[in-house]
Amino acid sequence: MAAVRVEAVLAAAEEQEAEKRRSITVEKELELEYDLGNLVAVDRNPPSAAALRGAGPRREALLQALARDNTQLLVSRLWELPAERAGGAGGPLVAQLPEPTFRLPREKPPPKPRPPTRWEQFARLKGIRRKKKTSLVWDEQAKEWRRRWGYRRAGGDPSRAWLAEVPAGADPDEDQFARLRREKRERVARNELNRLRNLARAHRAGSAVPAAPLHPTGHQDRDELRRVARVARVSTASLGRFQPRLPKESAEPPSRSGGKKRRFEPLLGNLAAERSRQLELLRDMGSKKPVLDITRAVNKQMRQEEAEAAAANKGKKQSKRGKRGRRQQRPGRSGKKSGARRQPQQQKPAGGGSGGG
Amino acid sequence: MDALDRVVKPKTKRAKRFLEKREPKLNENIKNAMLIKGGNANLTVTEVLKDIYAVKKPFAVLYKRKNITRPFEDQTSLEFFSKKSDCSLFLFGSHNKKRPNNLIIGRMFDYHVLDMIELGVEKFVSLKDIKNSKCPEGTKPMLIFAGDMFDVNEEYRRLKSLLIDFFRGPTVPSIRLAGLEYVLHFTAVDGKIYMRDNIDFGWFSPPRVLLKKSGCKIPRIELEEMGPSLDLVMRRTHLASDDLYKLSLKQPKGLKPKKKKNISHDVFGTTYGRIHMQKQDLSKLQTRKMKGLKKRPAEKSAEDGGATPKKSKSA
Repeated sequence: MAAVRVEAVLAAAEEQEAEKRRSITVEKELELEYDLGNLVAVDRNPPSAAALRGAGPRREALLQALARDNTQLLVSRLWELPAERAGGAGGPLVAQLPEPTFRLPREKPPPKPRPPTRWEQFARLKGIRRKKKTSLVWDEQAKEWRRRWGYRRAGGDPSRAWLAEVPAGADPDEDQFARLRREKRERVARNELNRLRNLARAHRAGSAVPAAPLHPTGHQDRDELRRVARVARVSTASLGRFQPRLPKESAEPPSRSGGKKRRFEPLLGNLAAERSRQLELLRDMGSKKPVLDITRAVNKQMRQEEAEAAAANKGKKQSKRGKRGRRQQRPGRSGKKSGARRQPQQQKPAGGGSGGG
Repeated sequence: MDALDRVVKPKTKRAKRFLEKREPKLNENIKNAMLIKGGNANLTVTEVLKDIYAVKKPFAVLYKRKNITRPFEDQTSLEFFSKKSDCSLFLFGSHNKKRPNNLIIGRMFDYHVLDMIELGVEKFVSLKDIKNSKCPEGTKPMLIFAGDMFDVNEEYRRLKSLLIDFFRGPTVPSIRLAGLEYVLHFTAVDGKIYMRDNIDFGWFSPPRVLLKKSGCKIPRIELEEMGPSLDLVMRRTHLASDDLYKLSLKQPKGLKPKKKKNISHDVFGTTYGRIHMQKQDLSKLQTRKMKGLKKRPAEKSAEDGGATPKKSKSA
């Protein structure tokens, strides 16, 4: 009797095991799509519409069963991920999730890089790179290493400086200490002003202010004012042709295209002007003195090339030659180029001179 | 115009941190949701909003007062709220005779409305009415979408994307397998969407755990109805134009992982590396010493031309 019982018990256990083994597998027509990074599963199988259209409790049961099956599949997939015990042997089992594959829209547009400041533009143009400065400086007087600036700095406390030399050309009655203090205040103020201007420029570039206000605010710079003045002049009924001009403003009307189109003098205009111009041209061609200032032209060309090179190399790393390397290369480079250019440029000095000047 | 041009300079560190949290970043913050009541929200809609707030707890804001606006006509007040509270997801509930129990679910891009979908709540069972154990707040839910409508229909596809965005929670690199408790199941059938929240307790009953061949255990899942269950029907939609949507999907280049050069993988999972060597003088190469190949004294003397041979050891 005991044997029978044992067999019966074993058979029952065997049946239970088999059933359980079946119960974690789920049959589906179409495979689900998984996005494990987001813990999302999408089931493409069309659900049995007829059954779900029915009444309450049956529908609930069906939905529950569907949910259970789908969840089982998703959890099985999640358990297949590489897992480890976080925090040592006794910690909880933690699975490494992959990157989410489903593309979701961002909250805000990606950040734009801030535009370079005036100094950064200049440094890039000239090829100046940051010098790494040591944090400690040797102080001769104290005979030890002191900070470059800050508490107990190398040059001694500037507020306790007891001697201020009167410079050569200065007024003997002037208070030198007051002058030093005033100059420091001015320097600080100028630095702060430039910093705010850089910030405003970055902010403006980011938000793309639509139109400059036509009334003068205190915060416009030269180019903006020039642009605004041009717009204001041209917005009259006769497009600015009869507007009174300031003494130093240019005499010709501002072109609407911003100077892109060429203008020519009329053919049968001023005979005297034409004659004087031709005579001047002949005189310049005949004289031995070169009209073109070679050094100025060369410098201008070098600056232009550097600007182009800087613009081209904006994305790439800067070359490791540095200032010294560039200095050594310059005479050879420019000599070749200016030598080559000297010949053709002397032929048309007027064009070169007026174009360059 | 000038006042808007001026840069607002923060005067304290706290203000600076506040502004930095709100500015656009490479890796963005978790999206917050704002739950707003319309001018004539009834009890059902209010309950729905409260339940969804409970589900989305630390990343949601529930406004208590009623706001008389119509999102489909005028979106400025929604955008104002979004800017003030820095929320990019919203759920607006209202009720009137023409559209009873109305819920408008939507998201923002750069504080402007991107997508809005209006859903009507036909049946609603609240959290309070289901007397079961609740899962802790802040759990990352599993989301399951059933039904082919979510792929076929464009509006349903956007709805799926919206729902994933809404309920997703923070993106984490790894997750505790025991903490996979909460499941949100959406079924799309016949123009209706059924949302059921369930908690799975495959953990609470150890006898249900089964051994797999590789030795790790996959639990059998048993689900228990827990959360709010909604029967929704889709009404109006206001979807973003294709190019605006594409613009919002754009990811900046900095997020792409940097490729390591000279490393390649093959199909079987083997990793190959490449080493670039300088030119080697093969005659001076140090190879393994094989005794059999060693030059015998006879050969060596023949090469050297009569140099004294080495003494050969007698065995």
